[in-house]
Formats: sequence, structure tokens, C-alpha cells
Amino acid sequence: MTDTIRLEYRNVTMRFAQGAGHLTAVENVSLSVRDGEVVALIGPSGCGKSTLLNIGSGLAAPSAGDAFVDGERVEGPNAHVAFMLQKDLLLPWRTVIENVMFGVEIQRVPSAERRQRAQALLDNLKLSDFAGHYPHQLSGGMRQRVALARTLAVDPTVLLLDEPFSAVDAQTRMVLQRELAQTLKSAGKTALLITHDLLEAVTLSDRVLVMSPRPGRIVDEIAVDMPGRDDPLARRRHPRTGEYVNRLMQRLGIGHDGEPVPA
Amino acid sequence: MSGNPESAQLRRGTLASVALLVVFLAAWEWGPGCLGIPPYIVPPMSAVAKEAVRMWNVSGLAMHTGVTAAEVLIGFLLGSLLGAFFGYILGMSPTAEVALSPYILALQIAPKVAFAPLFVLWMGFTIYPKILVAILIVFFPVLINVLTAVRNVDPDLINLARAFKASRAQIFWKIEFPASLPPLFAGLRIGSTLAVVGVVVGELVGGNLGLGYLLAFGEGQANTPMVFVAILMLTLVGGVAYLLVILAERRVLHYMPKNALSGF
Ligand SMILES: Nc1ncnc2c1ncn2[C@@H]1O[C@H](COP(=O)(O)OP(=O)(O)O)[C@@H](O)[C@H]1O
Ligand SMILES: [Mg+2]
Repeated sequence: MTDTIRLEYRNVTMRFAQGAGHLTAVENVSLSVRDGEVVALIGPSGCGKSTLLNIGSGLAAPSAGDAFVDGERVEGPNAHVAFMLQKDLLLPWRTVIENVMFGVEIQRVPSAERRQRAQALLDNLKLSDFAGHYPHQLSGGMRQRVALARTLAVDPTVLLLDEPFSAVDAQTRMVLQRELAQTLKSAGKTALLITHDLLEAVTLSDRVLVMSPRPGRIVDEIAVDMPGRDDPLARRRHPRTGEYVNRLMQRLGIGHDGEPVPA
Repeated sequence: MSGNPESAQLRRGTLASVALLVVFLAAWEWGPGCLGIPPYIVPPMSAVAKEAVRMWNVSGLAMHTGVTAAEVLIGFLLGSLLGAFFGYILGMSPTAEVALSPYILALQIAPKVAFAPLFVLWMGFTIYPKILVAILIVFFPVLINVLTAVRNVDPDLINLARAFKASRAQIFWKIEFPASLPPLFAGLRIGSTLAVVGVVVGELVGGNLGLGYLLAFGEGQANTPMVFVAILMLTLVGGVAYLLVILAERRVLHYMPKNALSGF
């Protein structure tokens, strides 16, 4: 991890037209993520988390403020960022390896290199046996792993992850979380991880940002001071985890009476 | 031999289907006689078979079938191409859709076969009015299916491609076009049977070629077996067209889960 800022939002406000007036989804959000850092973003649903992701990936322009990736102002989609959503967005007519190559193919990476990159990612994510399968032949967890491989294949400096594992079952999720954590760590990727799973936020990140209900603002920031960012399963057992989750719950207004929450 | 339950089911179904055919043919052969229905109303199967042989030898049944089949094929191909082309254009350009949709709707509501006499007036007793009716009738189901498919592509999928900096052409060829293929084939299946309808109506209206002409001729002669033969041959032509679409579909959509591709 270096001190270079890879992703930054500077006074970002986003309004959407609604009826006669407008709806302010996010208001004056500033945040920055350093090189190699993983920052989790939590907040009630509808507070503008996905909107921030769209702004960071250049799919939507903010009403005010700017987003920067790798020091460049985001003006539109760019090769430094890639995102992954809750939906795997695999193309049913493409095999697993062809799906992984989707992004690099669009970016016109030469075909030999494409295949080589995809194959390496499939090996890493234990998918090589399924390279020739079609998405409908895979489980939800495997499909999401393919989506992760596709995201990594374009070799982005910044990953924007929007509730990537919220649609898979709890056990698969733990496996995927570990794989993601290890991959991010070993590849030294910078990531903004949107999640509604507080435990996921604490076990996978270096820092957790908490957003208020709409209009979304950043209302708290918690540095996760625990070892093992590449081992969320170990972090789950760490005594501090419970404290962090508790604090997040309080910040979000869940469980006001403050009874302790087991990790 | 003990297959899996699925193939056992298939075997039982096929068997029942064949049995049904035998029962049907027997009922056709002897039913009318038993019920006292005269042969000029419902001719028995053997009379129809005999008439088919006679028509094959004397009336050029093969040639008329060939003409109809060619018209169906050409009308179907052109109608599908045009329908798909406009479907993609309208699907990709909301402005074009808004501008053209009232006219498309009007044309879609108008009974296409009613244009047949008009086309015959314009183009005479040639094969062209028949092909034109077929084109017109095939056009709409294909257009509508393609248009809806392009419209219904998951916007997140398009955003994913855009985030990779895909060009408009790449979005079309890598996402919209392949995504539209299953509904396109559903439209082609419908189109393949409608093409026969269009061609027959055209042939009934004017000319002295094709199965539709034989149909009208048989009616004029009060030759019921001839009418039956023409209907059977038309069904055959439509069936072959449908089969060809299904075979193409199986090849193109090979990636689909098996149960998503129905046998019919
Ligand atoms: N394209 C859009 N047009 C209008 N309203 C939108 C649009 N995108 C998001 N919104 C609204 O902005 C708010 C924030 O949405 P979103 O960023 O998806 O929230 P979150 O991801 O935190 O659940 C919601 O109220 C949503 O309805
Ligand atoms: Mg969201």
C-alpha cells in the first residue's frame, strides 16, 4: 500500500429529476482510497451507494463535484476502473472463458494475450475445469467468480464492487469473500466495496465508511485495525470484529438498545 | 435397454403418437362410410391417395408443389430479413420507433392477406404477388420479436460493456444481436407457417400455378379429393419450412439449456 490516491470523490452531489422537482441521491460526498487499500461503504438502501459507483465508473456524471481515478478526472468510462455487481451479468451465449475475455476483447487486447490472461485468472479462481461450460451450467457462486475474473481480466487499478456476494448463499459467500480478499491483496488492487453486510465490511476492508439515509452523506469512518485483510475467515474470529460490527450497527441505528452482538 | 426416465417418456409418447395416427387413418378410411357421409364431402383416405397419384402423373402436382415451396421460401427469407432489419433499427433508435410505430401498428392490424388482390392487380398472374403477400405477413412477427428483444436487453449489461469502453457497434454485435436471437427464432417459427398462408391466398386469388391454384381448381371441379391433396401438400410445405427453422435454431442456439428449446 502506498500513499498515492487511486480513487477520489471531491464534493460529489447527485440529483435526479423527479416529478416537478428533483431528488438528491448523494450530497457533498468526499472520500479517497489509497493505492492497494480496500474501503467498504455501507449505508441504508437508497442512500446513493450505487450512484457513487456509477459516477466512479464514468457511467454517470455527478451534478456537482468530481471523481478522480489515478489522478485523472473521470469524464466517462475509462480503462482504470472496472466494476462488479450483485448480478453476474454473464452472457449466456459465451462460455466461461469467453465471458472472462469479454472486457479485454472489447478493449482489443490481442487474442493470444486475452486467452492467456483469462486462463491465468481461471486457474487462480479454480475455474479452469469449467472454461468451456456455459453460464447456465454453473452454480451462483461459480458464476460470481467468473464475473470477478472478467473484472480482473482488464487489469484495472481500481475495482468498484457493488454488493458482489449478496445474492449467493452464506457458505459460498464466505468462500468467495476469502478468494476476493486474497486476490485483492496479492494483486495489490484498490477497491471500493459497497455492501450491506456489516461483517463483510469489517472483515474485508481497511476502512469502513458509513453513509446517512438519503440524501447520502458520509457520516462516519472507521479504520479497521486488525491483521489479516487477506483472511476474512480469521478476522471473523478476531475479538475486535464484534466491536466494529457493534459500532456500525449503532451508527446505522440498528439495535438502539445497544445489546452486544456476537461476531 | 433401460434408458433414463426422460427417454422412456419420449418412447412412450412416440408410440402413442404413432398409434393415434393409425387410429386416425383408419377412422378416415372407414368412418365416413359408416356414418353415411358421401365421398364428395369427406372422401376416404384411399380415394385421396389415388387422386394424389393421378395428380402427380397428370396434373403436375410436383411442379405446383415446387412453385409454392419456392414462393414460400423466397417470401419467408425476404420477409424475415426485412423484419429483422427494421426490428434492429427500431430497437436501437427510439426516435425511429416513435416516428414509425403508428404506421407499423396500422399495417400490423390490417389483414395482410387482404392485400393479395391488390398485388395481383399490380403484378399480374406471376409469382411476385404471392411472394409479396408472404413477405408482408412474415415481416411483422419477426420485427416485433426482434424489436422487443433489443429493447429488453438488461441495461446493466449495456453499462458493463460501456464501462469497458465498448463502441456502439460492439454493443450491438456483442450484446444486442446475440441477445435477440432466441426471440428472433421464435418469430421465424411463426413466420415459416404464416408464409404458407400468404402464398396460398395469393395463389387462390389469381394465376394458374401452385397448390393454391390446384385448391381453387379442385373446388371448381367439385373434386373433393383434389382439395384434400392440395391441403395435405400445403401442410407438408409448411412443415418442412418449420422444420428447417428448428434445425437452424438448434445449431445457432446450441448454448441454450435443452429444456428451453421446445421440440416444436
Ligand atoms: N437513474 C436514476 N434516475 C432517478 N433516480 C435514481 C436513478 N438512480 C438512482 N436513483 C435514486 O437515487 C437514490 C439512490 O439510489 P442508489 O444509488 O441505487 O442507492 P443504493 O445503491 O444506496 O441503494 C434512490 O432513491 C434511487 O431511486
Ligand atoms: Mg445499490
